[in-house]
Amino acid sequence: MSRAPLPYNPKVLELFRNPKNLGKMDDATVTAVAGNPLCGDMITFYLKINEQEVIERASFESYGCAANIATSSIVTEMVKGMTIEEAWKVSWKNVTEAVGGLPSVKFHCGILAVGALKRAIRKYYKERSVSPEWLQREQSFEEKQALEEEELAKVLSKKMKPEEKQC
Amino acid sequence: MVENVRELLKAHERLEHEVYLDNENSTIVPKEVVDAMLPYYDRRAYGNPTLTHKPGWEAFETIMESAQKTASFLGCSALEEINFAPGETEANNLALIGSTLSMKGKGKKIVISEVEPISILNVTDILQKNGFTIMKIPVDKEGFINLEKLGEVVDKETVLVSLSAVNHEIGTIEPIKEALEIVKDRNPETLFHTDASDAYGRIPLSIKELNVDLATVSSYKVLGPRGIGVLYVREGINVEKILEGQIGTQRLWPGVENTPLIVGFTKASELAFKHFEDNVGYMRELRDRLIDGITGRVSMVNLNGPRGEKRAPDNVNISFLKCEGEALTIELSLKGVYVSSGSACSRRLLQPSHVLVAIGRKFDEAHGSILMKVTRYHTEEDINYVLEVIPKAVERIRSIVGSTEVKL
Repeated sequence: MSRAPLPYNPKVLELFRNPKNLGKMDDATVTAVAGNPLCGDMITFYLKINEQEVIERASFESYGCAANIATSSIVTEMVKGMTIEEAWKVSWKNVTEAVGGLPSVKFHCGILAVGALKRAIRKYYKERSVSPEWLQREQSFEEKQALEEEELAKVLSKKMKPEEKQC
Repeated sequence: MVENVRELLKAHERLEHEVYLDNENSTIVPKEVVDAMLPYYDRRAYGNPTLTHKPGWEAFETIMESAQKTASFLGCSALEEINFAPGETEANNLALIGSTLSMKGKGKKIVISEVEPISILNVTDILQKNGFTIMKIPVDKEGFINLEKLGEVVDKETVLVSLSAVNHEIGTIEPIKEALEIVKDRNPETLFHTDASDAYGRIPLSIKELNVDLATVSSYKVLGPRGIGVLYVREGINVEKILEGQIGTQRLWPGVENTPLIVGFTKASELAFKHFEDNVGYMRELRDRLIDGITGRVSMVNLNGPRGEKRAPDNVNISFLKCEGEALTIELSLKGVYVSSGSACSRRLLQPSHVLVAIGRKFDEAHGSILMKVTRYHTEEDINYVLEVIPKAVERIRSIVGSTEVKL
């Protein structure tokens, strides 16, 4: 049972109740997923990018808690109108600040939201076989964290499979 | 942080109806229980029961009468077997640590099940660090403990077996009598403890007939005040204290007795047992209306735990697939329906309810689970309101999930 006190701030609550840019985008230029239902958090991110490499629209879908929904929502608002390069510079800390702070146990939700954004950006260039100079080869903090969370969830679920019970 | 909570509370203004169903985690204390407690704060029996003056003797008399009544509700023989402790957590700690201390040199194995409450599981972690081997008996899809495995595991080295009488999360009524027989047959020396907190006041339970050595009962789980519980210790069984201090009337728990809480707990028990059959029948009716209502109105749902007679009369635990539980509890709260979830969206590595995992639920099923417990104070109107609110809330949370593929 979830027992950590979760005093969400008004901004998180507002975005939970009325998320912005929610829903699948049929004409998305690029789509990326981060997280895993095993860990209770999963985000799909959609970006519509124009020829000038400006993000015209962003939307999301989330299987996750209130913090996950709020941070995903705010990321879509933040990156709208940004160039891809500008969007790449968005960090989980910016996102956490933008939602007015999160309980520390929920930091990973913001990290996951930014992880999904960065994966989408990387995927956009990979699909076009382009590698801009500013796009670091090494995975960003948020991408690494998203991957780590996904891997840990898999390990954990294997560990807890019924046939491997103690008795 | 507190400011945030104030804002969260503001968002709950103008609720048309409120239904509290999170009785697993804390309960409303009925007015009649509170009224029974109040005189004991300032009008009578406010003294220390070990001291030689009128308020002290009044307290002594009150506590002994309460113990006697509790003994009769539990169906045990002597009031000396009733040990008041501050709650289920403390009584379980006392049962496990206190009994293993007294069994020193007799063996190093402790047997529990995979679905025990945290106050059992975490205590066995401590015992493990102190050289005990902990064996966890698996359960089947409905949460029933595997009796065959129990028979295989209990041996001459086993000092203690602890199995809940009714599962706190999914309401499975465990075959405790059979389990006890198996354990004593394998090793008559092995102590048998049961956390009966979710059985007390819900299923017919006679400790004497059951013949367990130790049993835990919690006050708030029968709608008494929090902060009080009982560890039943059968006459002749030796349990060591785990806290030191001034011992008063309670030989296993030091400190000044909390007479008002003991009175409140006793009153709550009285009310639960006064019209036991009617209470239980009524809860069962509300339980089934909730279960049938939800499974009939909402798609992609699973009931966790058994149906019918083998389920605690108050327990409803349902997994909503493609719906994250924490988000759902908040959505429901904003509509005045208060429940808890088996989602563990509170740590970086999110482990859902160990009980749901043990019965073979996939992680996403566990993350989308909601636990509710009905009481005799709920009305038909309450249940109707909940059945009206839940489908809409689930629909909204599922709309956020959208096309995100939730599968393993």
